[in-house]
Amino acid sequence: MSSAWITTRAWLLMLPLLIVMIAVVGWPMVDTVRLSFTDTRLVGTSGEYVGLANYAKLLTGSAFLGALRNTAVFAVFSVAAEMTLGVLAALLLDQQFRGRSFVRALMILPWALPTVVNAMLWRLIYNPEYGALNSLLTQLGILSEYRSWLGEPGTALWAIVAADCWKNFPLVALIALAALQAVPRDIKAAAIVDGAGAFARFRFVMWPYLAGPLTIALVLRTIEAFKVFDIIWVMTRGGPVNSTRTLSILVYQEAFSFQRAGSGASLALIVTLIVTVFAAFYIALMRRSGSRA
Amino acid sequence: MERRSLAASILVYGAATVMSAIILAPILWLFLMSISSANDLSAQPLHWWPQTLDLSRYGTLVSLVSNSAGEAFLGSLRNSLFVSGLATLGAILVAVPAAWAVSRTPQVQWSLFAVIATYMLPPVSLAVPLYMGLAHFGLLNTITGLALVYLTILAPFATWLLKTGFDNIPREIESAAMIDGARLDQTMRHITLPLAKPIVATTALFAFLLAWDEFFYALLFTADQRAKTVTVAIADLAGGRVSDYGLIATGGILAALPPVLIGLVMQRAVISGLTTGGVKG
Amino acid sequence: MRHRLASTAIGAAAIAAFLASPAFAETTLRALFMAQAAYSEADVRAMTEAFTKEHPDVKVELEFVPYEGLHDKTVLAQGSGGGYDVVLFDVIWPAEYASNDVLVDATDKITPEMKDGVLPGAWTTVQYDGKTYGMPWILDTKYLFYNKEILEKAGIKAPPKTWDELASQAATIKEKGLLEEPIVWSWSQAEAAVCDYTTILSAYGGSFLDADGKPAFQTGGGLEALQYMAGTMKDGITNPNSKEYLEEDVRKVFQNGDAAFALNWTYMYNLANDPKESKVAGKVGVVPAPGHEGTSEASAVNGSMGLGVTTTSQHKDEAWDYVTFMTSQKVQNEYARLSLPIWKSSYDDPAVTKGQEELVAAAKQSLAVMYPRPTTPRYQELSQALQLAIQSAILGMASPEEALTEAADNSGL
Repeated sequence: MSSAWITTRAWLLMLPLLIVMIAVVGWPMVDTVRLSFTDTRLVGTSGEYVGLANYAKLLTGSAFLGALRNTAVFAVFSVAAEMTLGVLAALLLDQQFRGRSFVRALMILPWALPTVVNAMLWRLIYNPEYGALNSLLTQLGILSEYRSWLGEPGTALWAIVAADCWKNFPLVALIALAALQAVPRDIKAAAIVDGAGAFARFRFVMWPYLAGPLTIALVLRTIEAFKVFDIIWVMTRGGPVNSTRTLSILVYQEAFSFQRAGSGASLALIVTLIVTVFAAFYIALMRRSGSRA
Repeated sequence: MERRSLAASILVYGAATVMSAIILAPILWLFLMSISSANDLSAQPLHWWPQTLDLSRYGTLVSLVSNSAGEAFLGSLRNSLFVSGLATLGAILVAVPAAWAVSRTPQVQWSLFAVIATYMLPPVSLAVPLYMGLAHFGLLNTITGLALVYLTILAPFATWLLKTGFDNIPREIESAAMIDGARLDQTMRHITLPLAKPIVATTALFAFLLAWDEFFYALLFTADQRAKTVTVAIADLAGGRVSDYGLIATGGILAALPPVLIGLVMQRAVISGLTTGGVKG
Repeated sequence: MRHRLASTAIGAAAIAAFLASPAFAETTLRALFMAQAAYSEADVRAMTEAFTKEHPDVKVELEFVPYEGLHDKTVLAQGSGGGYDVVLFDVIWPAEYASNDVLVDATDKITPEMKDGVLPGAWTTVQYDGKTYGMPWILDTKYLFYNKEILEKAGIKAPPKTWDELASQAATIKEKGLLEEPIVWSWSQAEAAVCDYTTILSAYGGSFLDADGKPAFQTGGGLEALQYMAGTMKDGITNPNSKEYLEEDVRKVFQNGDAAFALNWTYMYNLANDPKESKVAGKVGVVPAPGHEGTSEASAVNGSMGLGVTTTSQHKDEAWDYVTFMTSQKVQNEYARLSLPIWKSSYDDPAVTKGQEELVAAAKQSLAVMYPRPTTPRYQELSQALQLAIQSAILGMASPEEALTEAADNSGL
């Protein structure tokens, strides 16, 4: 078989995917780029070309910086916590103990719970008057009076991070556990016989197996975290005092609430750019680790 | 094998207990809310165990009486099922050949990265043109239209997962079959796909759950019982005129039941699929 | 396995096609409503059923969204060439909708009977720049609800007539240990907070904009209103959770007996008096929102909503028939439990007033003093700036003066 035919065949096999993607993502994307250079409003007058004015206005405005900060805080802390807790949980589940398969099955629950249900569940739990968290903490004597978890700018974003983390750390745990179980038993045993300490065992025996799958998990979770919309929409809609307004929520406000489709489009592209930079970095990392394996 | 010290055992069992409690408590509470009377739910401090059992909300939300809240909610569950099913099917159909091609032909790999890059687009950035496009073809508020949009989320994801799966199937098996004179489609059908079955199943499972989970596009592109999905119905319950938290919780339980059951029943597929190397040579 | 998958797929596709097929009726109208406050979904469905009984050739498809989604869905549909024939719109949107050509100008369709029969306050809801863009439908304002039992226990004879009096009565209730924080409001970062602010602003004789259309809320009555709000929070007489509450949360707290006073829309009256929903049924008092000594007797925000026909509608005449039916006196009188009619004479009709005399008495006073939020095409931006100012002030992150000055700078006006 000639290599030209192999390449052509590959393209033919990819064709359905590419057609769908170009039709439903590529074209709207191009349209978004066009919109971003205009002052088009969602309804009414069609916009004029305004060059980079939308971008200039956004990048210098306080709304963008605030939303960027909130998004970064959300992404960094939720993903970091999910990865850490996930790996710890996986290390635990890699041990032999009675009830292990039960606990492993439990991990499926938060993972399978729809995001919107999770958001709604935690909103009920955080409810300042009738919420379970307040009731529990006061009954345990940890809290002296009920607090408004989602109503305080100081706690709202953290409360959402915690809710997101609860749902997503089991996913990381399941991925990491699967990787750990691929470590041959004799290697694990040999390391113990050699007297390797717990950290050394983790670093030199388990990490080589964990690195690849964890990078994938990290990429997916980081992308998701930067796009975050659903959980915030259901829990706070960006309040209080914009303390949970992330980039996606800001795009929504610009484009739909304020009807500035042009400005919303340019903001959306900035978000895309930020996510792409992160993702490109990860993909480069992954290819490097992939070529080593 | 390894003999654990007593201290290590206590640590393992202690940690396992704490973790189980953290995972179970919120879900258990969601269920308890759904069966507690409104009085129990507005007590301060809360009644953790319902003093009066109230199962009426399940009746309210699962009802076939026409024009009732229950009919609307069941309708949204049905819509979610069809949209997710259709989108998953579509995603698998386009992703299998593409993933195989990328796995076996490194020259075209860059195009997969281009497709995956779209996964980074925040859905808000496509919403306006997509809305106009769907409106143009009369696909707004239809299951087909929403499934088509979901395809764009599921397909890159599915291709990515399947490619890692195919990577783990040795090419030599395929080349051997090809040398024996099998055509590509025969090789695929008889050699590759059977080997890839677990990863295809897992991919389908993940895709289905991803679609079931979707909220933003459904919020914008659906309007009523003909296409409104359960995630939007839940958000409407939480944002609309419902002051009974028990009813909201019941909606949550019902919406979570299908994906949670699928996840539990197909646990083996989930976990073996996550190794992406379930097929060991 | 493969066969099962294939047959499932075909089945799913067939059902999807079936669901997407158009319904058979000569004309199909699509109407957008909200699933929050005022008429319940069941009421709207019943009214619509009555309409289609009179017009068998017309089918009406209803969609209900939370208030927060109403504006966005309307403009999104309009931006992509239409979708709805009839939309419900809030009093604050006609300016924006008019300048973007969303609603049909219905000025010529208003008959003299309509003109005279409907309360003048209701008309302001649907008018902008001298034109009328639909019919008022929900005539609504915020009232002061109070728990009669708690007031009685505190030895308070009559509900407050001024905002200062409200604060001192609340302080009394707090001192007597009856409730920790007696007043509950909807001050979450949303339009609801602006409605509460507008009510108090009008009591203190403030105004949003000056004669040149520039912000004026950062001085005078506007400033005093926010100072009052922040003050009640600081003094601990306002439920601190008000900062994350919307109307439904306010109702929940009030009907659970956890508040002595609450500011809320008409619909709460009959729901809080319904023993199935509420622990305080039969103890609910309602009066107009208070005034300010020397400035006003009572205060109210115009929180009314109207029904209009969209410019993209293919069936404008049928759509207008539907609007006039829904807003007709007969229909409104029949469903007057959660929202009061727009028609003057309804308020003397025993069929409407029976069982809710207290509410109707309050309405007569409140509806006459309804104060508008500013009419500007960029209302959404102004509103968001105000929401931010209100939240900063009640959370003690900025003084009311600083917060409002910043809002004035950011309002885009």
